[in-house]
Amino acid sequence: MVLATAEGVRNRNRSVLSAPLQRLLDSAMESYFQVKAGQAWKSLVRPNDVVGLKVNTLAGRGLSTHPELVEAVCERLQEAGVAANRIVIWDRLNRDLERAGYKICTSGPSPRCYGNDVCGYTQQVYEFGAAASRISRLVVETCTVLINLPILKDHGIVGASAGLKNFFGAIDNPNKYHDATGDPYVADVNRLDPIRRKHRLTICDALTAQYEGGPPFMAQWSWPMNSLLVSADLPALDRIGWELIDEKRQQMKLPTLKQAGREPRYILTAADARHGLGIADRERIRLIRCTL
Amino acid sequence: MSKKQEMATRRQFIRQTGCCLCALAWPARADVPLFEARYYEKLPHRKIRCSLCPRRCVIDDLERGYCGVRENRGGVYYSLVYGQVVSAHIDPIEKKPLFHFLPSARAFSIATAGCNVFCKFCQNWEISQSRPEQIPATFLPPPQVVRLAKDKSCPVIAYTYNEPVIFTEYMYDIAVQGRSLGVRSVMISNGYIEPQPMRDLCKVLHAVKIDLKAFSERFYKELVSGQLRPVLDTLVLLREENMWTEIVYLVIPGQNDDRKELTGMCRWIAAELGPEVPVHFTRFHPMYRLANVPATPLATLTMARKIGLDAGLHYVYTGNLPGDEGENTYCPNCHKQVIHRFGYTILENRIQNGRCPDCRALLAGVWE
Repeated sequence: MVLATAEGVRNRNRSVLSAPLQRLLDSAMESYFQVKAGQAWKSLVRPNDVVGLKVNTLAGRGLSTHPELVEAVCERLQEAGVAANRIVIWDRLNRDLERAGYKICTSGPSPRCYGNDVCGYTQQVYEFGAAASRISRLVVETCTVLINLPILKDHGIVGASAGLKNFFGAIDNPNKYHDATGDPYVADVNRLDPIRRKHRLTICDALTAQYEGGPPFMAQWSWPMNSLLVSADLPALDRIGWELIDEKRQQMKLPTLKQAGREPRYILTAADARHGLGIADRERIRLIRCTL
Repeated sequence: MSKKQEMATRRQFIRQTGCCLCALAWPARADVPLFEARYYEKLPHRKIRCSLCPRRCVIDDLERGYCGVRENRGGVYYSLVYGQVVSAHIDPIEKKPLFHFLPSARAFSIATAGCNVFCKFCQNWEISQSRPEQIPATFLPPPQVVRLAKDKSCPVIAYTYNEPVIFTEYMYDIAVQGRSLGVRSVMISNGYIEPQPMRDLCKVLHAVKIDLKAFSERFYKELVSGQLRPVLDTLVLLREENMWTEIVYLVIPGQNDDRKELTGMCRWIAAELGPEVPVHFTRFHPMYRLANVPATPLATLTMARKIGLDAGLHYVYTGNLPGDEGENTYCPNCHKQVIHRFGYTILENRIQNGRCPDCRALLAGVWE
């Protein structure tokens, strides 16, 4: 997996700049796929795909997937041949999307953007392990490909939240899965067939990350990490995300997530033989760091 | 007909409860004011701890509790289902089932979205396992609920179909209004509630039916995502409060039909609650996440009823078995039949002033 960082991605006011961010994204994609960015995107999607971009917008503008990153992804998808109106930016609720700076759009030539509250959930209940949920109709019926655009943050119940946890936004009953630090629920939800089958890539927005006090935005515990994490392997990406949060916590004299009693073991569960979602063994994860 | 089929859709609800509804300009959900929840404490950093049910969820800002219908917004906890009725119907009280509480009474029955457990065998999972924004709702403030019940000649309002614990503030306020106008309130519940809110409810309710889903912690953990102990505590509390209580036990083949478990439960009820608490052993039908489990054999229900009677319980019923002798009420003294039922219908009620017409023994219940 790739951890790409660019200190110049923000201006003096700490706002994210579109052009450097586009370069950071390209660099991360090239490092991960070992081909030119354009080719990498073409290997992910076809022109007849409907591509769902799962953002994370619960925490408002301070700690949500940056619209500038989504814009950069949309641009590259269109260059790969996907029509703008075949791209859907989505999360749980229109309200959350709007609070995070997105504009709701359900028709016209530009990318769609709406919450599950617009399209609803399947009647069918999908089950795996301890999870039994209805899934957003957008995932099951509309999209053929999912690109996951989570953020990296501490989470008061499940420890750390990045790629795997972001798909709680695809189901109707995430409130049922917060017991036992989300283990095995987060892993189980990611094994629900439509999610597992359609997920192609996760680009984790760690431009701003948070090491304590999540999931809501807490300015005092967030920091400008100016990074993107890229991988198709969700447990691997989350394992590195967990490590980054713990590093920051130690730097700030806080106990590790394990010491705090909320070790995100669901990441390890996601990589076990039953779930088979990827690799969580740190020794086996090849981390490529690139800095612009 | 299944419970699911019997529950009214919103359209049916409006048609049936109809006349006065058209005249009321109910606001859409977005226009309904938020209602602050009653049982919670504020914690640092805009967190809260819910104290309504034994889960005692600690909830961050912008997150919801396990029930999915109570949300922390900026450190203030709100009910998202106050007045938000997703299902309403007029049922016979026997359908709840309450067999010793105003026989044949019409119960104006309402539900919201949400539940604080996650039963794999839920009959009403479409509403109980949904969040408020996932189901169309009609805004019915407490006075309107009471008025509708009176207009439809319902002496009872039942909080049912989903778990009423999660809309406790709404239930409480309706019950208070109902009391002032002579309409009684009954709670159809899993009993998974903290003592204080239950004690508060006991001041305004008239009867409670508790679904005792099993008599083992294993079952509660694996099939309910809850715990048995708090439910037993609730039953004891209801006894202390002299609340009329009936117990339903859904018998699921291979899961909670063990003879030893049933015997232990019946003995516990007799010892801790008294022999006069009616116990209904009802038939399971394949449902939701237990769609591959067969329906309960009749012999199992008959066995369960015999275990209850042998344990000294006075009123033990079989349920979801129309025509079975276990549906009828028998005098515990002379053993003569005093109420003859078929399904939810009472064919004959011989009780006179709460007594057996043959031996004059007092029969436990609220008969008038």
